[in-house]
Amino acid sequence: MSDLHHAHGHDHGHGHHDDDHLHAHGSMKDYSIGFILSVILTAIPFWLVMTHQVAPGATKALIIGFAAVQFVVHMVYFLHMNSKSEGGWNMMAMLLTVILLFIVLSGSIWVMYHMNANMMPNMGNDGGSVHGMHDMQ
Amino acid sequence: MSEINATHAGAASADPSSRFYVREHHPENGTLLGFWIYLMSDCLIFACLFAAYAVLGRNYAGGPSGAEIFELPTVALNTAFLLVSSITYGFAMLAAQKKNVKGTQVWLAVTGILGACFLFLELQEFAHLIHEGNGPWRSGFLTSFFSLVGTHGLHVTFGIVWLVTLMVQLGKHGINAANYRRLACLSMFWHFLDVVWIGVFTFVYLMGVLP
Repeated sequence: MSDLHHAHGHDHGHGHHDDDHLHAHGSMKDYSIGFILSVILTAIPFWLVMTHQVAPGATKALIIGFAAVQFVVHMVYFLHMNSKSEGGWNMMAMLLTVILLFIVLSGSIWVMYHMNANMMPNMGNDGGSVHGMHDMQ
Repeated sequence: MSEINATHAGAASADPSSRFYVREHHPENGTLLGFWIYLMSDCLIFACLFAAYAVLGRNYAGGPSGAEIFELPTVALNTAFLLVSSITYGFAMLAAQKKNVKGTQVWLAVTGILGACFLFLELQEFAHLIHEGNGPWRSGFLTSFFSLVGTHGLHVTFGIVWLVTLMVQLGKHGINAANYRRLACLSMFWHFLDVVWIGVFTFVYLMGVLP
């Protein structure tokens, strides 16, 4: 319920004891905007990849960009994320998660993709893909 | 809701300043914050699975690559199911705000059916892959693919179970504060799954078919 406080944020004294009063959890406008934006932001990446509009490298960069924007759209319009919900703790928990997520993902990729370079000479050449990281680019 | 009532019972006897103090430090809706923190921890599970996929996703071990086994039209249809189910869940929440029990149940049912369609297509894809001998044992790529997409599918499955449970609860007790809180939690869960799916279709399917 208190996620919905932004609708009543100015009114600290209103009756929380009133079980019948349900706080607004998003509005028709929010959901509609979010949905339309999501459809556009989903359709374009699929279209780019399925019809080979641009070079693969540029396509990758573009679809990651669209995913990032769509992530924000979902957070704001569907999950009603803002700096005030739950006294800011929602946002804090999310920021911590984003930091951990970044460390886990970039750390794994960084370490594993450099494994070939850090191997002893001639170790990676004999076994083919059974050696795991060998055939990664 | 019980802690809110407790706050009020205490507030009646205590002076206003202590009531204010309690309010400041215990947001009445601890449940939603707690559920949000659960979702964030869930997010870390998915981060690990995404990291595993990022590392193993090109280790084909002589097996098929993503470009050979992914059918983008099916994935696009699946994405559409999830996206539409997100807004139908939004409609359920809007109906619940208006205390419209029937409307809420109908929109929940629509959401559940869309979720079931998503699961059906995904399981069909899995069954097809396994039937062709491309199960999770085939290569590092397929192991990480099945773990990531399967975990997401498992979440959707439990979301549907929860959704059906709530429909029954709504039928029995109507839209009271407890049920509304549960609806709000499931709303976060359902939209969160859609957010994870953005990552899945972008990094697994779309990137997978690119050379």
